[in-house]
Amino acid sequence: MSQQPATQDSHSSEEPNFYRAKSGLMSWLFTVDHKRLGVMYLASVLLFFFVAGFLAIALRTELFTPAQDFVSAATYNQLFTLHGAIMTFLFIIPATPGALGNILLPLMLGAKDVAFPRLNLLSFWIYSVAAVMLLCTLLLGGLDTGWTFYTPYSVHTGSAAGLAALGVFVAGFSSILTGLNFVVTVHRMRAPGQSWDRMPLFVWAIYATAVIQILATPVLAITVLLVAVERFLGIGIFDPAMGGDPVLFQHFFWFYSHPAVYIMILPGFGIISELVTVHSRKHIFGYKAIALSSVAIAIISFIVWGHHLFVSGQSELIGVIFSFLTFAVAVPTAIKVFSWVATLYGGSIVYNTPMWYALMFLWTFTIGGLTGLYLATISVDVHLHDTYFVVAHFHYVMMGGLAISFVGGLFHWWPKITGRFYNEALGKLSALLVFIGFNVTFGTQFFLGHQGMPRRYFAYLPEYTTMHQISTIGSWILALGLVIAGISLAMALRKSAPKAGPNPWNAMSLEWQTASPPIEHNFHDTPHVTCSPYDFPEIDKSGGGHH
Amino acid sequence: MILNLLLGPDPALLGTPQMSESPFSLLPAASTNAQELDNVYLFITALCAISFVILIGAQIYFMVKYKKPASGHRKTSPLTHSGKLEFWWSFIPAVLLIGLFAWGETLYMKMVAPPDDALQIRVTGQKWFWTVEYPDSGAKLTDEIIIPINVPVKLTLTSNDVIHSFYIPVFRQKKDAVPGRYTNMWFEATKVGVYPLFCAEYCGDQHSSMIGTAKVVSMEDFEAAIEEASRIVQLPNEPLPDYGARVFAKRGCESCHSVDGTTKTGPSLKGKYGAQETLADGSTVTIDDNYIRESLMEPNAKIVQGFAPQMPSFTGQLTDEQIVGLIEYIKSLK
Repeated sequence: MSQQPATQDSHSSEEPNFYRAKSGLMSWLFTVDHKRLGVMYLASVLLFFFVAGFLAIALRTELFTPAQDFVSAATYNQLFTLHGAIMTFLFIIPATPGALGNILLPLMLGAKDVAFPRLNLLSFWIYSVAAVMLLCTLLLGGLDTGWTFYTPYSVHTGSAAGLAALGVFVAGFSSILTGLNFVVTVHRMRAPGQSWDRMPLFVWAIYATAVIQILATPVLAITVLLVAVERFLGIGIFDPAMGGDPVLFQHFFWFYSHPAVYIMILPGFGIISELVTVHSRKHIFGYKAIALSSVAIAIISFIVWGHHLFVSGQSELIGVIFSFLTFAVAVPTAIKVFSWVATLYGGSIVYNTPMWYALMFLWTFTIGGLTGLYLATISVDVHLHDTYFVVAHFHYVMMGGLAISFVGGLFHWWPKITGRFYNEALGKLSALLVFIGFNVTFGTQFFLGHQGMPRRYFAYLPEYTTMHQISTIGSWILALGLVIAGISLAMALRKSAPKAGPNPWNAMSLEWQTASPPIEHNFHDTPHVTCSPYDFPEIDKSGGGHH
Repeated sequence: MILNLLLGPDPALLGTPQMSESPFSLLPAASTNAQELDNVYLFITALCAISFVILIGAQIYFMVKYKKPASGHRKTSPLTHSGKLEFWWSFIPAVLLIGLFAWGETLYMKMVAPPDDALQIRVTGQKWFWTVEYPDSGAKLTDEIIIPINVPVKLTLTSNDVIHSFYIPVFRQKKDAVPGRYTNMWFEATKVGVYPLFCAEYCGDQHSSMIGTAKVVSMEDFEAAIEEASRIVQLPNEPLPDYGARVFAKRGCESCHSVDGTTKTGPSLKGKYGAQETLADGSTVTIDDNYIRESLMEPNAKIVQGFAPQMPSFTGQLTDEQIVGLIEYIKSLK
């Protein structure tokens, strides 16, 4: 053990964990403890994951037959809008930074809290206000713009688009403040000895994410504010009927939303780097390449937004330039995947639930990444744009990338968060069902896409029926798998569940060097770091095999 | 031509044969650039398949070979990085990707540069139908585009309301129709047939039924069809209600108004003539010739209660003769 953590001596068991340190509702609502805020984020994002997932099942059920039969046209349009908006703004974007990031970042850095604990509380409140605003649109009934709010449709539609736009505007502030907090925390709060090259890769990923959040989110805030101004004050910005330019909106929107794709996926990369190392007892392969490729992706992500506009009528030259830049993102992404697979080499792999999810991620994310090549190729995109191919691609990246790594991360850190073990058998069963269900649901959609099936249709030509039906059945299997994952995790909350102890996985990073659940101030004594977080005792040092 | 929502798109009604036999096969390639686009598509597929097999193959091999022994952890490899390996697995993909970019770009340039002598057609998207106009003859079609085979065709697209996207899968071509500006697309059809035409950009309630047909025909058939389409005039001895029914169908009215009592985006017109309707503001109106005429010209002036102001104005788009035909047709819907 070369990390020198707070010792797990007798007095650690006397100090209460952070749940028991204070009690009462107010101790939660006004807490500045990053762990409590993280737990509240976690409860919220899981709720929204469930709500948005439920909407998705309703969508898929309508698509079981070519005719419109289960829900009305207007309902269907609201379903896919809310599914996309809730998943994106209330689940995927805040999930890993807000929940796992809040709980783990200070622990991994050996700090007592984030740099600005009160700002952290403010972020959570703002997020809650935004969530209520978006949920109101659900109750008012009538957000039917798609989560992308394309103008001029969103300016005219007689629905709750204004409120939703303001909700997204407010959510953006939460994102910015969290990002700011994390950047400062990483710069200023690292434990003695934790140099940049000794930070866990999860921290690197959260750091790169935070930088994008700070730089990109204001653009989204301005864009949706302009939509609201146009709707409420009748000032022409995007609506050609008032002298505006609808394609300008798409440039603004994707200038944020493409980097946002990396806000969603980079934290997932961080989780995978932790899971594949700890459960294979191996040093990560290519630490520097993985860390720097996160930063490279963060930078390039700002200059690829135009690939969403290949058929919008933007100039052909610009289209070609964006196509080239989009290919440029593929290289650092490929480096990461290669490095994770190489990490498995020569390991001693333990097949528990978190590891199965991490291994599943390598499969789904690889498919998501490779199918991106079709869409980066500008001429092929002309055919596939706005078809189910795109739907399949981004679900492989978002759901197959972020959501699956997030669930894997939950299983991995669940013993730390709750102090007890989830049910392993159910966890493994959930991983199997999610793997089958996911690939059946979205794998089929690539074929629908190359055969020309457009997105956002509630009724379709009969020739697409077979694939739609297989996809719908897959979505039910996927949902079942996720419910079982929830049950497995919930079983850790029982008093009878086996206790985890401080470090059940024998991991080296600092969050495992304190009690589970951690005490209120994380560590009794400030930990000192003397080596990499991936220096496991099982590694064979005798051969002198270091390069 | 616009499909009945409640029945779902009916292939017989749409008049397009199934595009391909199996869900796994490629669509027919019915334009000059479609075949090359399929070649790029298949090349990427091969590239991805090989990469996937190598990568996931290595993963599965490691997973089996390096499983933790039942007796406890074995010593693991101290490998932390390898400059050579990392260089090559960055360099090789980069070269492949640049090649792929270049091929995609070359084809794209062909797909966006129409020949100078291309036949000009104007296409206008509107909730929820396409109007296709042939400037040379003045012919006007709804939800149907007729194209001569082996002739380059250049479309000039726009929209009257929100963004739509004009997509003919068998040509592998798609372009947004944006209000307030013109966009272009071109293709040269190479296979006679009837193919589906989709709206690919979400545009509201009935986006899913903004489906039409692209008919590729010989030059002689094309000229005859355009001649026929350049007039929706009353035929000799054609009763007015029948003429009105043709106008009703050709102008896409049934996308919103059923004639069998089913409620769609707009009220059904069955049995409405002479009836009293309550308006959004609570007042009532009798459906008569003037109300129908006003509803065509200024559709949002008097909205029936329970419906949203969604109907576009037909001012300047219908002749007096056609309006009379429509009124007589609506009268006949008992």
